[in-house]
Amino acid sequence: MGEVLKFHFDVDGENFSSAGEASVVVKKKLRQLGFSPDIMRRVSIAMYEGEINMVIHADGGTADVTVDDNEITIVLKDRGPGIPDVSLAMQEGYSTACDNIRSLGFGAGMGLPNMKKYTDFMQIDSEVGVGTTVTMKIKLN
Amino acid sequence: MLFSDLTDKLSLFPVVGEIPDSFEGVYAGDLLSRAMSRVEAGNLWITIMNNMNVVAVASLTEAAAVILAEGVQLMPEAEAAARENNITVLSSDLSVYEICRVIGSVDKGL
Ligand SMILES: Nc1ncnc2c1ncn2[C@@H]1O[C@H](COP(=O)(O)OP(=O)(O)OP(=O)(O)O)[C@@H](O)[C@H]1O
Ligand SMILES: [Mg+2]
Repeated sequence: MGEVLKFHFDVDGENFSSAGEASVVVKKKLRQLGFSPDIMRRVSIAMYEGEINMVIHADGGTADVTVDDNEITIVLKDRGPGIPDVSLAMQEGYSTACDNIRSLGFGAGMGLPNMKKYTDFMQIDSEVGVGTTVTMKIKLN
Repeated sequence: MLFSDLTDKLSLFPVVGEIPDSFEGVYAGDLLSRAMSRVEAGNLWITIMNNMNVVAVASLTEAAAVILAEGVQLMPEAEAAARENNITVLSSDLSVYEICRVIGSVDKGL
């Protein structure tokens, strides 16, 4: 390929029903670009979980996806409440989702663990009251 | 596994799309981030969730079809999204347990 592809999305925090849209668009692009099912699956899961977290926990944000010869990088940035204890949030089953959110099918506390599991690199930079930036990388080849 | 072996026993009804020929493997569950990591391409996913997020998960995982159990109705905007994304959504009045039991018995040829 040799060139770098970039995709930018504004993720609406009001709208639960369109949540996941950016992930669906990225998956379509990756398919057009001829990526393997395994890569598409891993990018889809990681990005979907991050996108949903921005909607349900942080009032939306932005998603930037960069594809180069070596890796796919996903950066999710929000100005939400931040995560006070990142290692606690990373534990399987930990969730602060309210009943309302749970009734929509969220709140298993598996989003962040899934993101970690399906990517080669994941970093969470979060400050309470300022926001959260999640950076994930999936290596190609 | 062939849908034709199940359609009558489950009283399957297509809500969006047509009943496909076959699927490979089943996942039953409603928590989306669980389903997201457990539903494999070509699987049948059985759930009672009926909102847009079901369509996103089915699309991203490439499930062969979704069965809405207990006669649950798909929300209108989710139905529109399923159509747009070519997601097959089927409905059955049976419970998740009963659907799984029937699939299990057909699978074993009982
Ligand atoms: N972008 C974010 N901003 C603020 N808090 C977050 C953010 N992402 C995650 N969290 C916090 O971390 C917790 C764990 O997140 P995780 O995605 O693992 O689970 P969940 O979103 O609660 O449930 P699930 O993802 O299984 O539907 C959340 O409940 C929330 O408290
Ligand atoms: Mg989550």
